[in-house]
Amino acid sequence: MSFINYSSREINCKIVYYGPGLCGKTTNLQFIYKRMNPEARGKMISLATESERTLFFDFLPLSLGEIRGFKTRFHLYTVPGQVFYDASRRLILRGVDGVVFCADSQLTRVDANEESMENLRVNLREQGYDPDRLPLVLQYNKRDLPNVASLAELHALLNRRNVPEYEASATTGIGVFETLKAVIKLVLIDLKRGGRQ
Amino acid sequence: MSQGNLILREPEYEAFLSILRKLLADASAKVVFLVDKNGTLLASVGDAVGFDTTSLASLAAGNIAATGGLANLIGEKEFSILFHEGERDNMHLSVVAERLILVVVFDRRSSVGLVRLRVRQATARLAAVMAVAVAASDAEQGGVEELTEADIESLFK
Ligand SMILES: Nc1nc2c(ncn2[C@@H]2O[C@H](COP(=O)(O)OP(=O)(O)OP(=O)(O)O)[C@@H](O)[C@H]2O)c(=O)[nH]1
Ligand SMILES: [Mg+2]
Repeated sequence: MSFINYSSREINCKIVYYGPGLCGKTTNLQFIYKRMNPEARGKMISLATESERTLFFDFLPLSLGEIRGFKTRFHLYTVPGQVFYDASRRLILRGVDGVVFCADSQLTRVDANEESMENLRVNLREQGYDPDRLPLVLQYNKRDLPNVASLAELHALLNRRNVPEYEASATTGIGVFETLKAVIKLVLIDLKRGGRQ
Repeated sequence: MSQGNLILREPEYEAFLSILRKLLADASAKVVFLVDKNGTLLASVGDAVGFDTTSLASLAAGNIAATGGLANLIGEKEFSILFHEGERDNMHLSVVAERLILVVVFDRRSSVGLVRLRVRQATARLAAVMAVAVAASDAEQGGVEELTEADIESLFK
């Protein structure tokens, strides 16, 4: 559910980074925070454990300039990827306008990716969304590491919907902005259509 | 969550503001915020300078969502009122019309009892305005219909 404020002429959209534990969701937001013009971003909030695992969410607000006289604001959230935080993930998905699914390319994480994708679909359905229609972008992260699955394998496992997909290495920032730009585009196109019902 | 987009127009926005201003005065509060459950700030009155209102809105929504999750676990629908007591300032959060969160920050010039009473009065009026806003939004789906691909592309220049 996007929120359009005609009196302050603002469009607000919510984008959630989803994916298995340690796949690099928080790292994506940290890179965006670091590289974004300070005027275009607010404070980043991380509700994390002492070992820097996301406990509830990370939050990063962006304002990207105007279209047709409307200021566009995007609220980026990450979910906690660890399996047992499922209740929190469901809460964070509420009101989402678009999802980035961040996959961990390492061969050892193949199952974790699949489980997390299935978990995303279940949780979206539970919130009343159609998981086949919500704006979605895939990111295959950690491409810099050895022992990663091939793109073809990842595509076959995770990209049933054939949505835009990007290779990334979030620690160095490769692919991070391409992914963000892609999801923002899908969200705005969806908004133009009047949102999903 | 199959609700459409919420579109807030000038008259409803002004109506929200005037209710918040009255609440601010009647409750002797420092600041009053109205936030949607997704964490977007709709309106604020009072001395909001020095507050990071964007972060505040997002955390208030997270707070309501988390306690709502707790409520479900014990068979409650949600905890519709939360009260946080600090050394100097206190915060009262309450759910309005199912989709909004009213946040009142106050210090010892006021009291929980007074805030609670005034919030109750304001809630009914806010809910009435929200009903109008929702009806207007539903009639108006696809609020930014003139948006083109070129417009979207221009954001990334
Ligand atoms: N080599 C490499 N390491 C990465 C990359 N992206 C993230 N990491 C590292 O992976 C670890 C986990 O990253 P986070 O961003 O905290 O993972 P997360 O998905 O937020 O994890 P949870 O909060 O538990 O869900 C950190 O040590 C990162 O530095 C990458 O592209 N390449
Ligand atoms: Mg994290």
